[in-house]
Amino acid sequence: MKISYYPGCTLKTKAKNLESSALACLDALGVEYEELPRWNCCGAVYSLSDDDLIHLIAPVRDLIRVQEQGFDTVLTLCSMCYNTLARANELMKNDEVKRGTINDFMDEEPDYKGEIKVVHFLDFIRDEIGWDKLKANVKNPLNGMKLAPYYGCTLLRPGDVSIDKSNSPVVFEECMEALGAEIVKFPKAIECCGSYQVLGNPEAALKVSNDIITEATAFGAEAMALTCPLCDYNLGHRQEEMLKKYEGTKALPMFYFTQLMAVALGVDPENYNLDLNQAVSQEFLKGKNLLEKVST
Amino acid sequence: MPIKISKETADEQIRQKVKEISGEDFQKCYQCGTCSGSCPMADQITVLPRRVMALLQLGRKEALEEANTHWVCASCHMCVVRCPRGIDIAKVMESLRQLTLRKNEDIINPSEISKEDTAKLPQVAMVSGFRKLTS
Repeated sequence: MKISYYPGCTLKTKAKNLESSALACLDALGVEYEELPRWNCCGAVYSLSDDDLIHLIAPVRDLIRVQEQGFDTVLTLCSMCYNTLARANELMKNDEVKRGTINDFMDEEPDYKGEIKVVHFLDFIRDEIGWDKLKANVKNPLNGMKLAPYYGCTLLRPGDVSIDKSNSPVVFEECMEALGAEIVKFPKAIECCGSYQVLGNPEAALKVSNDIITEATAFGAEAMALTCPLCDYNLGHRQEEMLKKYEGTKALPMFYFTQLMAVALGVDPENYNLDLNQAVSQEFLKGKNLLEKVST
Repeated sequence: MPIKISKETADEQIRQKVKEISGEDFQKCYQCGTCSGSCPMADQITVLPRRVMALLQLGRKEALEEANTHWVCASCHMCVVRCPRGIDIAKVMESLRQLTLRKNEDIINPSEISKEDTAKLPQVAMVSGFRKLTS
């Protein structure tokens, strides 16, 4: 099976560590993929106004590109891209009137009816590879790593595009467990990190991110696994601000889950791009002797 | 605090506009407060989502305009998946934002973001922030 891969804007620069580690994992698992030619920004958020169709043009155009590419499935890594593309796809599939308007507006493009399947890396591994095969490929298990998988919002909500049960998901925990990690479940794993409010209300975003980190730490986590570059910014890159502002907050190492998967699958460390993670995260992996093991 | 309601205090226009933009029927809300209990921003907003729904039902335009709720909402959809009445509250919040943004009023000014921040912020933060908070 060969699939289309949609990177999105952030993965080519600030979240290169998400892309490079994920693609190395796909290689290690024998998944064939091809980057979507001429992809454009999906718009990052799905328009919630009923009368606004213009913002659907960008994600729908990407889906038409997938169709042209000759694939029936497109794989996403960034949670925001997943949500935007999947919701646009649902609308094109189910809303005949709006589908007609959008197709008429893009009259130079072929008509699109929502035939493409939009998947995220996590549900793709679960449904197409399976935890058993993933486990069988582990060369460097994350044994003894007390890891808190953090879903955030856009992989789980709204329900029609959720990759698992919106209120009680297990896919992320099962994935990291297959890699050998000791799972730390915590209630705020499905709550919001503040998202784009880092621009509008940076203090409010900092507060909710700090609540997530302190709760995960209180539940015994020594590291957190993420799926989204915006969560990584709010929870990871803003930790210095949290440590200054909130008494009792402890630095918590953050990784994209694909980086930890790459470590476990024993792929070449240059694909981890750990230099884009916080220093505390780099130190943590060194402390666990996981980097040394791979290079020997 | 008690509020007086009458035909004069109810603004039918805002009720209609929100229904039109969101496509949602806020009349269905029976004030259980699940949305307020689920909101991660609950302690940062001036009016809890349950009360926003009540203000809409009563057409309290001024109180809705004064609330910071829709500007602090991060569209996390927690209230949406938990609402027992099936109301897409995130869409209601979006329509309240649109009522301002469509008058060409910006909530953040992209040119005021420092060079230091633009160098650090991921693209996905900028694109989503501009989409939600600028006209």
